Amino acid sequence: MATVNEERLMDGKTGKWEIVIGLEVHAQVTSNSKLFSGAATAFGAEPNSQVSLVDAAMPGMLPVINKYCVEQAVRTGLGLEAQINLVSVFDRKNYFYPDLPQGYQISQFTQPIVGKGKLTIDLADGTSREIGITRLHLEQDAGKSIHDLHPKMTMIDLNRSGVALMEIVSEPDMRSAEEAGAYVKKLRSILRYLGTCDGNMEEGSLRADVNVSVRKPGERFGTRCEIKNVNSIRFVQQAVEAEARRQIDLIEEGGEVKQQTRLFDPTRGETRPMRSKEEAHDYRYFPDPDLLPLELDPTWVENIKQGLPELPDVKKARFVSDYGLSPYDAGVLSADMASAAFYETVAKGRDPKIASNWLTGELFAVLNKQNLTIEQSPVSAGALGGLIDLIADNTISGRIAKDVFAEMVETGKLAKDIVAAKGLQQITDTGPIEAAADQIIASSPDNVAKYKAGNEKLIGWFVGQVMKATGGKANPGVVNEILKKKLSA
Amino acid sequence: MSLDKATVARIARLARIRVSEEEQDSLAGELNQIMTWIEQLNEVKTEGVEPMVSVGAIKLPMRDDVVSDGGYPEKVLANAPDGKDGFFTVPKVVE
Amino acid sequence: MADLTTLTLAAARDGIKAKTFSATELTQAHLKAVEQTRALNAFITETPELALKQAAASDAKLAKGEAGALEGLPLGIKDLFCTEGVRTTAASKILSNFVPQYESTITAKLLKAGAVTVGKTNLDEFAMGSSNMTSHFGAVENPWRRAGDNRPLVPGGSSGGSAAAVAARSCLGATGTDTGGSIRQPAAFCGIVGIKPTYGRCSRWGVVAFASSLDQAGPFARTVQDCAILLREMSGFDPKDSTSANIPVPDFEAALTGDIRGLKIGIPKEYRMEGMSAEIDALWQKGIAMLKDAGAEAVEVSLPHTKYALPCYYILAPAEASSNLARYDGVRFGLRAPGSSIEELYENTRAEGFGKEVRRRILIGTYVLSAGYYDAYYRKAQRVRALIAQDFETAFQKVDAILTPTAPSAAFAMGEKSDDPIAMYLNDVFTVTTNLAGLPGISVPAGLSAEGLPLGLQLIGKTFDEAGLLKIAGVLEKQVAFTATPDLGGRA
Repeated sequence: MATVNEERLMDGKTGKWEIVIGLEVHAQVTSNSKLFSGAATAFGAEPNSQVSLVDAAMPGMLPVINKYCVEQAVRTGLGLEAQINLVSVFDRKNYFYPDLPQGYQISQFTQPIVGKGKLTIDLADGTSREIGITRLHLEQDAGKSIHDLHPKMTMIDLNRSGVALMEIVSEPDMRSAEEAGAYVKKLRSILRYLGTCDGNMEEGSLRADVNVSVRKPGERFGTRCEIKNVNSIRFVQQAVEAEARRQIDLIEEGGEVKQQTRLFDPTRGETRPMRSKEEAHDYRYFPDPDLLPLELDPTWVENIKQGLPELPDVKKARFVSDYGLSPYDAGVLSADMASAAFYETVAKGRDPKIASNWLTGELFAVLNKQNLTIEQSPVSAGALGGLIDLIADNTISGRIAKDVFAEMVETGKLAKDIVAAKGLQQITDTGPIEAAADQIIASSPDNVAKYKAGNEKLIGWFVGQVMKATGGKANPGVVNEILKKKLSA
Repeated sequence: MSLDKATVARIARLARIRVSEEEQDSLAGELNQIMTWIEQLNEVKTEGVEPMVSVGAIKLPMRDDVVSDGGYPEKVLANAPDGKDGFFTVPKVVE
Repeated sequence: MADLTTLTLAAARDGIKAKTFSATELTQAHLKAVEQTRALNAFITETPELALKQAAASDAKLAKGEAGALEGLPLGIKDLFCTEGVRTTAASKILSNFVPQYESTITAKLLKAGAVTVGKTNLDEFAMGSSNMTSHFGAVENPWRRAGDNRPLVPGGSSGGSAAAVAARSCLGATGTDTGGSIRQPAAFCGIVGIKPTYGRCSRWGVVAFASSLDQAGPFARTVQDCAILLREMSGFDPKDSTSANIPVPDFEAALTGDIRGLKIGIPKEYRMEGMSAEIDALWQKGIAMLKDAGAEAVEVSLPHTKYALPCYYILAPAEASSNLARYDGVRFGLRAPGSSIEELYENTRAEGFGKEVRRRILIGTYVLSAGYYDAYYRKAQRVRALIAQDFETAFQKVDAILTPTAPSAAFAMGEKSDDPIAMYLNDVFTVTTNLAGLPGISVPAGLSAEGLPLGLQLIGKTFDEAGLLKIAGVLEKQVAFTATPDLGGRA
């Protein structure tokens, strides 16, 4: 990075430090069966019930690749605007671990299926930055070691063994915890748009290895530590902060950062070295002789490309240009496909900004409060549109609309039914408004005098009184007009 | 390239095979003899020769994404040296 | 009734079809032979009850006129093929208690064709060896002995048990696997026929892997025709093996026309190695003359990288093996040696479970793949492998098959060569090239040594031309008219 953004630096005793972050994200490919076997991938099954003889590495068992997983990797690569390698090779990464049945992981080392690409992250200050993608490759997941079921033993469940993962490696382009978080957020958004990974971090479908190093601005990269298997965006950010702080303190106290694999402990908010990884690695990669090189037909790749959905960045740009939304609102609304679709349904034939305000304001507040996804929204896009229509045609005021909305959330009824049942239609008939205005003017001679003496701001007070008198149902514009006329008479 | 005792110890560790001190000595001798014999390969000029990964002139076959296997934990665990409650077990591992 | 074990597989097949004898009678005769030759240690696990059950089922099918191509024919199965419910050991202590819950593709095909399986044959541990001396279950003895010498001889390896069992008439045929010569060399040592088909012809699914890019299964039998019959049933595309070739399987038996007129037989000059015994050379010349007599033309060809095939193999095969054998870790199946930590458990299990040669090869393989050596050894060997394959490609532009000796010597005595691994490795000097190039090769008995031991000649064919190869082998077999049989004497 050529320029150093002062705001993203971290303070130390000896001055400011720059944090350098690269991420390796493991994304479970959305597929019915495993990468090299026909066993199921569903989450939460009985132990070892979704294990084939291949996944258990029984003698003489052989891998056969899942075409859909290959397609998903290609689709993801295309979504990251990356180079698709028409020939790639599966290698064996050799190491011993009890939940790695073969004694090797089938992965891609020198020739991955996807090469260089990029991704744009959106930051809270409204700016965006491009982060380089180094590569994406396909590999097998390992099984699960459970350490807390038995006092002396580790229990092994191979249900995950052989599940297809995409390892997506970024360039060391990030400079703050916020950027690292934004990267995972955007990557997850793209994966979900593409339907290639469900992005569920709680279930382990998406997890990140976070590489952190620190340096004085302008200096060479420092020694990095890798924090393994961080499983939430918040933890990614906390892990970056904690690890950067640890490294800065260490260096400033005269120590030296050792290249290490570490774990993040969220309860203590600190990282610690992984014991099992203390030994020097020598994975002895070599091409898996059970598999031939993977060759892709360019026409097939082109067909996948043609079938890609509109991705979040493009959608965001379109929301800005077509609907006149602010980049921030456009970003929020395009972050996931369902919200974007919801928004576009509401905005169709209506004022797009008003539609945006209702979603990002009222609706998202309700969803957050009730911990619901947009798909579970108690108010459908059509229903919200109906409410906005009632404001647009002056049936109800904006203020009343908020009450109506609250009732829609609660009862699931339509806006027009609530308005009709409760008689909330706006009063546009001037008769009752004039009557109310006359009464207020008659009962407030002091304020009338002040207004007439030039304090025109008081008109707001008069409007408020009339609105109150009409139960909020009066049209504020009409009230305003009538009051002005009467007060200047 | 001389393959010494320390190297034997290192590769034995990588291969997870216990090799006693005495064995390390004799193995270093044997493996050295074999590696020296193997090194006649250096006589062969291989510049510009593509490494041969497999003999098959066939393309990597791909299967459809259907669940067609698994669902038999009893078979998977049938030969387990110490299976418990549907799990394989090993001495406790510290991460 | 004549001794049913003297029949060829083809004759037994015809006899069963003609109801001259039943599958049960045929099986009983062979089970008796298994028992009588038990001293050879050709079988790790005998399965007489299973065999009789299978024979009874065959007889029932025969009675209904539903016979398969191998209905009721007793075979031996190398104990590297996983057999459902029948212990499969790979001749290793580490798998000494392993009972597969699945049937290898090849044995499943044989069973479907009606074969009867008399037992699991002995082999070098994990198929690593050329003498069958490395088996955890003890060495196999060759049914043959040198004239006037009672010392037990090795049957060759790694498929020594299969070769010995077929030579000793304990079964009509047997399965083998060949990674560097493990079918052809034992066939030559035991005076029988063995073919390693083209890589990809027979499925590797369910066969315990040694070196995946080289392993290929094939049959042993006492005649070329019998091998042709067995190979047809063993061959075919298997969607469970990504390296299996999706091409039709010809009727190999029908290809044995006996007519090789006009065919060109390559004689590779580089196979006349320094120190080759006059006896082997003479056998080779005799083979050339016989094929010429039958109307073929001998053409000198050059396979310049032959010399480097063995060192190349001893990088690639151990490298693949070091990885393939990582799954034997005491966690999910097989031997577990206790350990207070997982690391101790691994190291103890693998030190105790693997024999010396297997440990040696795992260490070599680990070494050549380790950081800093990969390019110098593994990549280099892959490049040399490409050159060896190219040599054959060039040669096969001018010839239809290549004739060579199968092994540099006749069977040697147990204990000979065992302290010198390289001397042992040199057994495969003529056979290993075809594994590297993926080509089919067949060994045919071609005569007896001065000591009265069988010697074999090898024919190498073009990719997937097993039919052509078997045809030439059939002619050679007819010309040789090899009728000698081992004198089982007191051992039977």
